[in-house]
Parts: sequence; C-alpha cells; structure tokens
Amino acid sequence: MAGTTTGIPRDVTQNHVKGGIGESTLRPDGTLKVTGEFAYSSDMWHEDMLWGQILRSTVAHAEIVSIDTAEALAMDGVYAVLTHEDLPAAKNYGMEFQDTPVLAYGKVRHHGEPVVLVAADHPETARRAAAKVVIEYRELPVITDEASATAPDAILVHENRDDHHSGHVPHPNIVHRQPIIRGNADEAAKRADVIVKGEYTFGMQDQAFLGPESGLAVPAEDGGVDLYVATQWLHSDLKQIAPCLGLPEEKVRMTMAGVGGAFGGREDISMQILASILALRTGKPVKMVYNRYESFFGHVHRHPAKLYYEHGATKDGKLTHMKCKIVLDGGAYASSTASVVGNASSLSVGPYVIEDVEIEAIGLYTNNPPCGAMRGFGAVQACFAYEAQMDKLAAKLGMDPVELRQLNAMEQGTIMPTGQVVDSPAPVAELLRIVKARPMPPERQWETAGEGADVRALPGGLSNTSHGEGVVRGVGYAVGIKNVGFSEGFDDYSTAKIRIEVINGEAVATVHTAMAEVGQGGVTIHAQIARTELGVQQVTIHPADTQVGSAGSTSAGRQTYMTGGAIKNSCAIVREKVLEIGRRKFGSYHPAWANAELLLEGGKVVTDGGEALATIADVLEDQAVEVEEEWRHRPTQAFDLVTGQGDGHVQYAFAAHRAVVEVDTELGLVKVIELACAQDVGKALNPLSVIGQIQGGTTQGLGVAVMEEIIVDPKTAKVRNPSFTDYLIPTILDTPTIPVDYLELADPNAPYGVRGIGEAPTLSSTPAVLAAIRAATGLELNKTPVRPEALTGTL
Amino acid sequence: MRVNFTVNGRPQEADDVWEGESLLYVLRERMGLPGSKNACEQGECGSCTVRLDGVPVCSCLVAAGQVEGREVVTVEGLAEFAKDRAEHAGCAAGTCGTSLDAAKKWEAKPGQDSQTGEGVELSPIQQAFIDAGAVQCGFCTPGLLVAADEMLERNPSPTDADIREALSGNLCRCTGYEKILDAVRLAAARQERQGEAV
Amino acid sequence: MDFLRPASWEEALAAKAEHPTAVPIAGGTDIMVEINFDHRRPEYLLDLNRIELLREWEVGEENVRLGASVPYTQIMENLRTELPGLALASHTVASPQIRNRGGVGGNLGTASPAGDAHPALLAAGAEVEVESVRGSRFIPIDEFYTGVKRNALQPDELIKTVHIKKADGPQQYSKVGTRNAMVIAVCAFGLALHPETRTVRTGIGSAAPTPIRAKEAEAFLNAALEEGGFWDNGKIITPSVAKQFADLCSAAANPIDDVRGTAKYRRHAVGIMARRQLGWTWEQYRGSGRTLEGAA
Repeated sequence: MAGTTTGIPRDVTQNHVKGGIGESTLRPDGTLKVTGEFAYSSDMWHEDMLWGQILRSTVAHAEIVSIDTAEALAMDGVYAVLTHEDLPAAKNYGMEFQDTPVLAYGKVRHHGEPVVLVAADHPETARRAAAKVVIEYRELPVITDEASATAPDAILVHENRDDHHSGHVPHPNIVHRQPIIRGNADEAAKRADVIVKGEYTFGMQDQAFLGPESGLAVPAEDGGVDLYVATQWLHSDLKQIAPCLGLPEEKVRMTMAGVGGAFGGREDISMQILASILALRTGKPVKMVYNRYESFFGHVHRHPAKLYYEHGATKDGKLTHMKCKIVLDGGAYASSTASVVGNASSLSVGPYVIEDVEIEAIGLYTNNPPCGAMRGFGAVQACFAYEAQMDKLAAKLGMDPVELRQLNAMEQGTIMPTGQVVDSPAPVAELLRIVKARPMPPERQWETAGEGADVRALPGGLSNTSHGEGVVRGVGYAVGIKNVGFSEGFDDYSTAKIRIEVINGEAVATVHTAMAEVGQGGVTIHAQIARTELGVQQVTIHPADTQVGSAGSTSAGRQTYMTGGAIKNSCAIVREKVLEIGRRKFGSYHPAWANAELLLEGGKVVTDGGEALATIADVLEDQAVEVEEEWRHRPTQAFDLVTGQGDGHVQYAFAAHRAVVEVDTELGLVKVIELACAQDVGKALNPLSVIGQIQGGTTQGLGVAVMEEIIVDPKTAKVRNPSFTDYLIPTILDTPTIPVDYLELADPNAPYGVRGIGEAPTLSSTPAVLAAIRAATGLELNKTPVRPEALTGTL
Repeated sequence: MRVNFTVNGRPQEADDVWEGESLLYVLRERMGLPGSKNACEQGECGSCTVRLDGVPVCSCLVAAGQVEGREVVTVEGLAEFAKDRAEHAGCAAGTCGTSLDAAKKWEAKPGQDSQTGEGVELSPIQQAFIDAGAVQCGFCTPGLLVAADEMLERNPSPTDADIREALSGNLCRCTGYEKILDAVRLAAARQERQGEAV
Repeated sequence: MDFLRPASWEEALAAKAEHPTAVPIAGGTDIMVEINFDHRRPEYLLDLNRIELLREWEVGEENVRLGASVPYTQIMENLRTELPGLALASHTVASPQIRNRGGVGGNLGTASPAGDAHPALLAAGAEVEVESVRGSRFIPIDEFYTGVKRNALQPDELIKTVHIKKADGPQQYSKVGTRNAMVIAVCAFGLALHPETRTVRTGIGSAAPTPIRAKEAEAFLNAALEEGGFWDNGKIITPSVAKQFADLCSAAANPIDDVRGTAKYRRHAVGIMARRQLGWTWEQYRGSGRTLEGAA
C-alpha cells in the first residue's frame, strides 16, 4: 500500500505509575486522551484513502423493485457503487442469527437499512453520488407491535426461518419465547390479601455513545484486509466478517482503534464488512464515519417493552406470587434479542423472594429499528416495572416502600425462579438501608441571597420557566438485580497473553488481550493485575487485535471478571515458569527455593515471609517467558424452554438508588436533585473507576426516566428523531450529585471476589426517578420517559 | 478554495477545500489535528469545541472559509496555550495565544518517553481530568477541556452552578459528569494555589 | 458551491444583488447543520463574518441598534439593562459555544418559529433594518414573519440591524424544553411591560406557524390594568385577571403536535408561562428601585 496509515494504536507503557489491585491507579491512556493524541476509529487516516458512504432505505418495509446506479458510477471521483449483486460471498451476517443482509436484497425490513454502498475521493462526492442512485420500492404493510406481528395474516418479517429458536416459537414473527414456571401462582394468589396489577411501557433507548461508528479498511498485498475499527468484541466481528468477504479469518486482521463509548451498541457489526468490501473492491484504503443521523440507524437500540405484571402480598407485606408477561420489540433483525428475552424472563422477579411465579417473555420481529444489546440488557425494562409494582403494593398495604422491599429482599441462599441458588452475597436489604440512611439534600437550593432565584437549580434550568412556582419535591427508591457474564450455557471465555522479560535491567510485563477498551478502564485494571501478580512496575499494554485469542465481549459487566481473570490466570502460569527458571538457576543455593509459596514482588522473588531470594532480572536475564491461555468462568445451563428451570447465570449484581427530584408540577418539568447509589462491587479493583462506572450507569438510567426515547411512527415504522437535537441525553445541568456507597462482599467464585459493576446502576436509577416523580405528583406514570405531557394531562 | 489561518500559533494553509467543509473537517482531515472530535456535527454536543480568536465555538458549525486569517486553538495546543497564559499572567482571552516563535517549536506529536505520553507537560485542566477520573472513553474530553479551560480563564473560582452552566454545551455519555465537576474544581484549586505561590 | 467573502457591507450588498440565491452565513449555527447533513446545497455561501458593523451595537435614547451578528453572549452580558427580555432569551439559546457564534440576525433570517429571540423582540417592540443595493428599509417586527420559516426579506436584501425599544419596564422570557440546558423550544413566551405607554406586549414562540403576539390577551390586560388603576396604585394583580390573561395567551397559540411536544401541552405551557411572567414582571414593577434585569 502506498503511503502510511496514521492512528494505528501502539503499545502503551506505564513507567511511572505504581499501583496494583485495589488502588485508584490512573489510566494508561489518560494523557493521550487529554492531549488529543489518542486515535479513535474516526481518526484513522491514510493519504490516498477513499470515503465510504451508505445509502439507506427511506421506507421501513418494502420490496426492492429496482436499483439504478449508473448515474452515480459515472461521476468523477467515484470509485465504486455497489449493491447486493456485488457482494463477494455470504450475503448475511449476525451474532446469534445470521439474518442481517450486508446490503438489502429482495426487501428492506426497517427504516435506514443499508441498500447501496459508495466509495469516492471525498465525503461530499460520495454523498452526491449516493443521492444519484435511484431505488424503486414497493411498500408493504408495517409490523410494529405484538398484535400486528402475531395476527393470523401477518406478513412474516423473515420467511423460512431455520435458526435455533424457530422450532419452538409460537409464531415466526416471535424471535424467542422464554417462560418460567415455578410453584403455583394461581394457588398462591389465594393467600394474597392484596393484589396489584400494572401495565408498563418502556421506550426505545439509544446508547448515544459519542464516537460514531467508524473505521479504516486497508487492502493488503496477500488479498486480505487490515481493519481498524471500534467494537466491543473483535473475534465475534471477525467470525461474521470473514464469511461475507469470502476470506479465511487469518486474512482479516483486525485491530481495535480507539472506542468512543459503546454501552452495547457496538456488540453488533456496523461498518466493518462494508468498508472491507469497498477496500477489497477498489484496492484502496477506505474510511467510513457515520454522522450522528446515520449512527441512529447504524446500531441496535435498547428493546422497547410492554410489561404486564401482577403481584400479590399478605397484609403484613409478604409477597405471595408474581405473574408477568414481557413483550420486547426486537425490530427487523434478531441481534441479541433471544438473549435479552432470557434475561428479561429470568430476572423479571427482581431481587425478591417469590416462590410462586408464572413468567413469560417474548421477543418480536417487527419492522421497527433492530434492537439488541444495551447496558442492562433486558433487566432494565423488568426493573422499571417490578419496582413500580413494589411502590403500588406498598401504597395499597399502607407500608413504607423501602420496608416492603426489605421484607421481601433476597439474600445469599435464595432460590431464583429458575431454580438457581444465589450462592454468593446478595445484600439487597442492606443496599436499601444505606441509600435510605443518607442525609437529604437541602431544600430550595435555588434560593440565593437577595438576587432572586438561581434558575440553574430549578426544573427548566436556564430556560427560566420557574422561580420556585409549582415546584414539589419527591423521593423514590428502587433496587435491581442483574446477571454478570454470558449466560444460558454459552461457552464464555477470555484469553490473555502475558510476557515477562528484562529491559534495561528491569522486569517488564506485557499484557496482550483482545479486550475492547471502550472507556471502562479495562486497560488500567489489566496493568494493575499484572503488577500485583508479577511484582513488576513497568507494564506494557499491547493493542487489542485478533493476533491473540478472543477476550469475549466488553459487555454484560464481564470484562474485569473474565479478561481480568484470564490475565490473573496467565500471570500465575508465567510466575510459575519464572520460579521454575529461578529454581533451576538458584535452587541449590538457598533451601527456600523449594518453598511452594514463593511470590513475585517489587521486581524480586520473595518468600511468603518476605525474604528476597533473587531479582526477577537475575532469574530471567535475557530469557523471556510468554504464556497465552484461555480462561473460563464456571459453566452455566440453558433455561428449559417450558419451565425455564436451569442454573443459567454466572453471577448476580445488585444496586439500589434513592432519587430526590423536584418537579414543576404545572409545566411538567423535572430536575433531579440527587441520585444516591449503593452497590455491592465484590472487590473494587480500582475504586476511582468503580465510582465512575456507577455514576455513568446511573446517569444513563436518569436519561431514560425523563428524556431519552427514539420515537418511531407507528404508522410508518420510521424514526422521527434521529438527531441530538431531538434525541436528548442529559447535560451536566440535568445531572444531579451522585453520591456512591459501595460494599465489597467478595464472590468466592470470582477472581479477587469481583462482581461485574457496569450494568446494575443503570437498572434501579430509572425506577427510582420515576418513583420520586410519582411521589411529587401523585400520578401513576407507567411509561418511560416521563414527558411533560404525562405530568400535565396534555397528551 | 484555499484557506489560511493560524492553528495553535502556527500558520496553516489548506488547499482544495470544498466550500461546504467545516473548520472541524479541515482540522481533522487536512491538518492532521484529529483531537477535536466529530460527534454530532450539529452543535449539540461540544466535542469539537475549539477557540476561535479566543472564543469557544463548535468547529463543526464554522465554515472553513470563515476562518481565513483567524486564530484557532485546539486541544492539541491547549497545554502550550495555558503555559503561555500562565507566563503572561493576566492577559485577556484571545490576546495570549501562542507566540509565533513558540508556535514554530510546537509539534503535533511531541517527543515523549513512552506512548502513554507520560512526561508531557499538561495544562492544569488536562492534568486534573486525568487525576480526578474525568476521562473514560475520552471522546468528549477534548471539547470539555477547551471549554473548561476558557471558563477558568474568565472565572478562576467558579461555583458548581457556574461550572455546570459553562459546560452545559458539552455532552458526556460515560461519566455522569460528577468526576468532570471534580476535575474542574481540582484545576481551579490548583491554579489558585499556584497563583498564591507566585 | 461558491464561498463569497465580502470585506465590507457594501461588498456584501453587491454580492447579494448579483447572487440573490446566495445564503448568508454569520454564526453558521443553522446553515452549517443543514450543510453537514446534506439538507441544503446553496449555490453561494455569503460569509458575513468580516463585516465589523454587524457585530456592533449602539444604545440610543429610544432604541438599541443591535448589529445582526452580535453574538448572544454579548447581548446577555452587555445589554441586560436595556434589553432584559432579549438578554434572558439569549441566555436560553442552545449552549455557550452556540451563544458565542449566533446572533439575532440568524434567528430572523431563518424565521423558524422556534427561534429563541422572536418572542423577546415581539414583546419589546422592534424594527428590522434591512438593506440592499436598492436602499434600506425598516420592517416592523410584527410584519416581519410571513409564514413557516418565511420572512419579509426580498431576495437581494440582507439584515443589517435590529432596532429594539429600550426597556421602560420589566421584561421576562421563558422557554419550555425537555432538558435543563441546550434544548430547542417546545414553546416560548416573552412579556414586556411598557409603563410609559401603559401597555403590555407579548411574544409566543414555537406555538404557531410563525412567532406571534397574543394581541387579545394584551388588549384585555391593557384594559384591566387601566380600569383597575393598577399602573398607578401598584396593587397586586387580581388572580382572576392573571388567569384570564393566561387563558387568552393560551388561546392565541395555534400549535401543532410534533416530536417535541403535543399541541395541547404547548397551549397549556404558554398559559403557565404567561401567568408566571405577569407575576414576575408586575412584582418588579411594584418594587420600585428594583433592577429591571431578569433574574437569570
């Protein structure tokens, strides 16, 4: 390839930073990120690169009658205009189901589906060319909800399904159905003194990561491609990309470019295959960068859901039974809908002890935008509904809502509806106690000394809508349960390659994994683990790529547990090898070398009594030790398709929130004043990062409570607000103080006792805010987000 | 068209600029300065914030042709800019850009002892962002740094409400903003101490 | 696309005369979004950034002569006393970065009903000075907005200044959005008391095809204030009067349902804002010696 690629990630070495596990070590990429030097996938550049552009469907459901690319192809500066007819190999891809076309053929199934692909020498040329392509559609009726999907005469979104769920689903427009039956809910209901029912609607949330989908594909001399992208899981991408390019996996060399946030939205493929096809076709490097509009169509969203719940309780507040049905809209392609259904179903009971349950969760195929992974993954929707139910129940029983929750809180040893025993700490009641015990934030913080109201502290903020008029405070609580790691029998593993060698007289460790650093601070933790396990100070983090085994996905709160576990494991093997070398060299000089409990600390081999036997440098000299090993968490089981029984989850995580809100009850505007969180983190490997994750997750939950929703027109299935002007996420003026208390109750099954932390705070944040708004307004509020219309009766 | 302007004190020229190109595009794709980020291109996120003649603006909404003859400071030049300001304490915004001499010494990728950039001299706000844990994915960071640095220039002892107002045009999706507030408070406190020391 | 860079106002007028389809760009906060997202490809962009006089303002006896490109930040910081309503409106515009670039000329040129400045201009009373090579003219703000995103400009004309009446009494401005900062108006409302003429004026944004005044509400309140001697006795306005005024403001709105809000909500919110602002401004008026600046 002529010229060079800029932005290729390189080794990152921390020379001056100390700190093993448990310390708030600073990020190894921090300086690069604050100086603008850190190269994100959209920063990749090559001097003679082309720009790729996608032409997407303008309708949601239609047969493609014809595509005319002639005029576009004839334009100066245009190098390729491709349709499905030009695809080199497999025409479909997908993570769990290979149902997603690389470029649409036959029909389009949702608004914004890729149909035509253009490469040109400037983005504007590419846009002008795309505008010259003529596509003729014959529109079809749209399927948008459960009723239209399962109607007797419903058009099938996908005909001839042959995926692993197609055999058991009640209708081909249902991706997956997971019931869970335990005990006898109908019988138990007879013991109930009060019963509450509710119907809840959860809106479609967007991950809204700030770094749009982007990357650079560079054709290689061996006919393969070098691909620099932002993703959550390189090896899952690779498995999907290679067949679509008709290349063996080793000819698709993927490197993780800088990732500008993910939150689940990068677990599926976006531009990876398309940029590669263009690069192979034109023989030139191709850069693709989605703009914000396209990004709303470029990744899956959080499943919108309808949830129907019934809970019963005795008059002293003991839950008798629960029945629920959860309908998740998966949109036009499956993505991870089946797993989201499994999660929603198995976590629908919440962190409560209920022995008699009747649960059903289904995921739909519709013509709405495809939905898949987002932080919280099926547990978020359920938590919103069961926590609303708890408040309703408490009100009906005349009980304190926190006491009701504590009375029914699960604990270690509780049996889940799936039959799985919760076999590590589950401090649900304690987390609620902690948030409740916090002092309340002061009232009327908008009042200033003589200068009128500070509108920045009021609902409406800078818009100057209230100087205190109509403002009512409310307080609400919620708690949630989230699984950690990949569940339902999935062979979930991670791989770590660890090398130790002596450079300039100092032992240096290199950590090489395929872990996607999406901002969570995995790279910080990796260096900390290597320091702790190998007793070195200098640690080099090798860029993540496909030259090492899979690390699995940066999702499901699993990466510190899994790749952290893999690094710990590989380090232990490296340590044994180093000691073996030491024993061979020095064993005859000191009897302590025979001791089985030798450690590596401070660059030395030391006994458990602290006696230094040799420096690592003396042991290794010019020898390097390198180990690449896979590491697995304990196996899980699939859920039975009829009863839902099975030890499906690896670990559970718990968080509780107390929300304090002030609502302008006349205008329906909300200001969240404080959103306190308490969470059990198992072991805080890096306390600063832990708190950052909890605060970030909390804020995403706040967003969906009061403003975030992708609005899809039910008549056309078209997205109405694909922009940051109309899809709003919280600004710093919408975000309250977020005090965090964390417990460190070790999970004996997990490395260092860690518990996945990223997701749980996203669950309980939303229902806590909703509960607080209900408390302030007295309204029922069964839908997220709460719009001003819902608070003012002006829908 | 051709556009000439000063970036981080250095005169720059871009040729064959399409008339619809933004300042952001020119910085990122033509000048090798991708530090300013493209996250929304509609002025709704602040990730592309640069200083144009001293004033923080969204570079995605400035047409390249409008920058002719003007001065731009990006995150890549922030450390130098802040250092220069500290050395000429009290000078007003826009007038204390990097001098031409200093600028000529400036490099896009300064020499450093490792790829972490350890050893690079940072502005107080940059260091505070690292120390306070205000950086996660980091995509919003460049814009926030430029905005926060400018606020501290105008208002060295901001209240929390002042910080929130000044940064209300910069979206962050990772942190929940708490640690960003911590970072700005930290930078303000350090600057104050530094000021007292001088 | 051609990029025209006039160095002076005269050159700009000549360029606009020669290329009437040229789209003026000043702060760029509207037009650049349209270009970035491929919604618009004007044949000519007419850059106004080099024209100094558009960024100047002058406080006169009666009016403030506000250059079309004076950034909102400058209005917020420097004209709080003379133009309190517009200063408050400026503070609600988008984000600090946008306020550093955008000016009233852009709002007027775009004439979107959601432009934040409009209700404040309508309430204060203003004239838009437009000019072409043919000469200049003043368009009263009430006649400026002619339709959805349409205004009274001729193709060869450019907006030069806005002459806004200096406040002779309290003014207020609010907008409703579903976020506490950086939000486009769901609807907005501005109110100005004019004690010298014993009148009130209003402005409503985002709740009709164009920015409008609630003229019936104004007439009602003018009469009620006169009748009750309120201007002189400075009594608290009776709740029934305030309610009637708010209801009439609501009724003046002619909003639509869209992705940002329902028509019903907009009408409701206009009424709430009208009632609150009447309270705020009247309190300010009664409290003699109090500043006329907005609270924000």
